Amino acid sequence: MLNYKLAVTTLMIALLAGCASNTVPDPDPADSTYDAAGSGADTDVYGDDPMGSGEALGDDYTAGELTNVIYFDFDSSEVRADFTDVVARHALILANDASIRVRLEGHADERGSREYNIGLGERRSQSVRRMLMIQGASASQIATVSFGEERPVALGSDEDSWAQNRRVEIKYTN
Amino acid sequence: MYRHAIILGFAAWLFSGNALGDITVEITKGGVARTPVAVVPFGWTGQGAEMPLDIAEVIAADLQRSGRFAPIPEENMLQKPTTGAELDFDDWSFVKAEAVVVGRVVQTGENAYDVSFQLFDVFRREQLVGYRIPASRGTMRIVAHRAADMIYEKLTGIKGVFATKVAFVTAEQRQEGRTYRLVVADQDGFNETVILQSEDPIMSPAWSPDSRRLAYVSFENDRSSVWVQTLRTGNRIQVSNKPGINGAPSFSPDGRQLVLTLGGIDGNLDIHVLDLSTRQTRRLTTHRAIDTEGSWSPDGRYIYFTSDRSGGPQVYRVPAAGGTPERVTFEGSYNARPRLSPDGKRLAMVHLDRGNYRIAVMEVRSKELLVVSAGQQDESPSFAPNSDTLIYATRQARNGVLETVTADGLIRQRVSSGQGDVREPVWSPFPRY
Repeated sequence: MLNYKLAVTTLMIALLAGCASNTVPDPDPADSTYDAAGSGADTDVYGDDPMGSGEALGDDYTAGELTNVIYFDFDSSEVRADFTDVVARHALILANDASIRVRLEGHADERGSREYNIGLGERRSQSVRRMLMIQGASASQIATVSFGEERPVALGSDEDSWAQNRRVEIKYTN
Repeated sequence: MYRHAIILGFAAWLFSGNALGDITVEITKGGVARTPVAVVPFGWTGQGAEMPLDIAEVIAADLQRSGRFAPIPEENMLQKPTTGAELDFDDWSFVKAEAVVVGRVVQTGENAYDVSFQLFDVFRREQLVGYRIPASRGTMRIVAHRAADMIYEKLTGIKGVFATKVAFVTAEQRQEGRTYRLVVADQDGFNETVILQSEDPIMSPAWSPDSRRLAYVSFENDRSSVWVQTLRTGNRIQVSNKPGINGAPSFSPDGRQLVLTLGGIDGNLDIHVLDLSTRQTRRLTTHRAIDTEGSWSPDGRYIYFTSDRSGGPQVYRVPAAGGTPERVTFEGSYNARPRLSPDGKRLAMVHLDRGNYRIAVMEVRSKELLVVSAGQQDESPSFAPNSDTLIYATRQARNGVLETVTADGLIRQRVSSGQGDVREPVWSPFPRY
């Protein structure tokens, strides 16, 4: 199930990034192209191709083509390498329009203590928040909330379910 | 006598309500010899053929559930006396009863009754305790529990907790989402009362020391906030709604303050103390690690909490007046949600035990740690007010169910409710008399 989701996510990213492989953003958040995004020069990043993701996302950022869910490894709040470009795309959307607001909903798997898991979910939200802000989003655009283990998407007690529940959901609130 | 009537009446109107689904109890582990005891059916004088409630049945069930007694079946009783004067000790020695309870219910008014009972030591042939308690139809069950408490304490030297309550949270999966309920029930599962129902998560219930209020976390409007609700009136007040996380409330021993976890906009969870009358908060920890799950020591001097400042979660404590936190647990890689026993001698926590999250009890003085549960994902330990027993949540298939265990780990029982996923049980303090 997870592998399927990851595959779909990866496919989506590939599609969104356009046909040319060199348009996939560098996942390194320190990369200068992301500072450029902060100043609004997004089309330079993605090129002038009308099928390019920069334009398409700018017009239709809630269409669901760009995944809104970031998954995490066990006991980790670090954004995985396979999700850094997803976060980068959301950062670009926020950097391009200061009126856009998101809520980052952090979640944990069911193991361990509930209130501590609230802390783990919040740590994941903050990890995504920091990455968004480094790439040009402003603090006022981002709210965070942690549901800990209280709102699982997968109800099983197995590694597959736990992996699906360790996540941050990026929700556009306006 | 008069004092009992007032307080028992209070408890009854406080918690009266419709049962949603009665909780059944099964004993999963019993490691001690059970004392044979006879609870003889009570005599009845009043209107109608039967008394409003079978008092003897309630008392026998309480004693049985304690795991320390084996009530003698009614069919094995050679005589059924209702007063001490009618007792034939030889008959009870013959059926190997070590103690006998006799009693009667006398109707004294339209909705007024006198419940009296006597407990006898069969070997010594003497009365250990005897009481007469006024009751109404509404208070009769709690009166029976009070009688069981007195009998239990006389026979074991441990205060009974049969007249106490348990609060817990249930989550019911529906097609359109989940329904969360905050529930209060008698400790035997009767009189389930829904205190709050929500489509958003409810977490972390905590009793006030006078048992009249519950603090809890609600996620209504998609963010966390801390509430205090008065049980009798249903009145609820939002006491913390700051940016970021508002969580993990726990009352101070005097009931005037709440320890809680605040995260702020940057998400750094720290322990704070909220004065409920002034609404001022005082920050007790500042570490950038997760500091949460604070709870007071019974003497009010310390706040115990979970922190992962050393890497994984461990238990720390900080003086309630402020000061430097000190680490309390060192055994194992995961120790969280500390709760001290009311006598201050033991610390219960969630402990990672060879890949399983289990309940462990640590002797505060010797730091000796004992794992007392046997599940894979056990959580939320809470001591009974007598410090002898704990309640916690464990997993049965996909649903959470409740279990109790004695602090020595010898007697473990399952308390299962029919209402979906049951979690976060918290045992009430003793009712105040």
